Amino acid sequence: MMKWLHIMASSAWFYRFSGQAIPWLMSAFIVLLLIGLYGGLVTAPADYQQGDAFRIIYIHVPAAWMSLFIYCVMAMYAVIALVWRIKLAEVLLISSAPIGAAFTFLALVTGSLWGKPMWGTWWSWDARLTSELLLLFLYWGVMGLYAAIEDKRTASKAVSVLTLVGVVNIPIIHYSVSWWNTLHQGPSITMTDKPTMPMEMLMPLLVMAVAFKIFYGLSLLIRARAELVEREPQSRWLKAVIEENNDE
Amino acid sequence: MSEFIYMGGYSFYIWSSYSLALIILVLNILGPSLKHKKSVQQASDIHLLNGMKSDES
Repeated sequence: MMKWLHIMASSAWFYRFSGQAIPWLMSAFIVLLLIGLYGGLVTAPADYQQGDAFRIIYIHVPAAWMSLFIYCVMAMYAVIALVWRIKLAEVLLISSAPIGAAFTFLALVTGSLWGKPMWGTWWSWDARLTSELLLLFLYWGVMGLYAAIEDKRTASKAVSVLTLVGVVNIPIIHYSVSWWNTLHQGPSITMTDKPTMPMEMLMPLLVMAVAFKIFYGLSLLIRARAELVEREPQSRWLKAVIEENNDE
Repeated sequence: MSEFIYMGGYSFYIWSSYSLALIILVLNILGPSLKHKKSVQQASDIHLLNGMKSDES
């Protein structure tokens, strides 16, 4: 098992495997995105309270889910990087941060674009919105810290610690709508209760959520490949890969 | 069709959200792809240089 893990964690194996996986992920993502967009913009009926404005949900909620999900995955990589010092975990950790930041930013801006017509304001300093904004700063902090430290092994260690410290913010975001009285509505979908949304509204949301997850995998692999090459330009495995490509 | 674009009066909010999402998704593919291409190019230059050096010695 450990041996298998070490093979999978090797740069050469990862680089080859990800190169093959990217086209498949790309196709799956585009198909799901088109289905989700069609469902969300065309087949889902307008909401009886919010009219067509509710359609922002198909971007906003999957993006917000991803902003939390990616941070949790980063925390997992941080533990692996700190405990076993596996280089690939460091690379995956730092490559996740810009994608997490992008989804957090998207969730915040679409939230604002939804808040204006529904609440009458672009922004309010309530618990959900403020803790999500803090998440964006955490992602930016991780990226800035990594960029600021010259030695990438040291930088990874610092970034792992920062990521783990920031984990406290995740349950705060998640429970903010239940703990505090906020402008933001409570969760419309939970693991335990039956969804209150009708099927033709719910399905596109789930499809978009899966599409965004696949997108994360796709963008992560491309970023991690670039990061690996940048970190180990002199390595023998990369030399072999380049020679292979030149022969083709 | 125009009713679809009108979105019950919420067209600005809807289409801003969806276009921003699309821009962010595209940038998160194109940006890293270009970075990857550039770093592979740099690495292959290094290997080419190293190769020439070892040929001389």
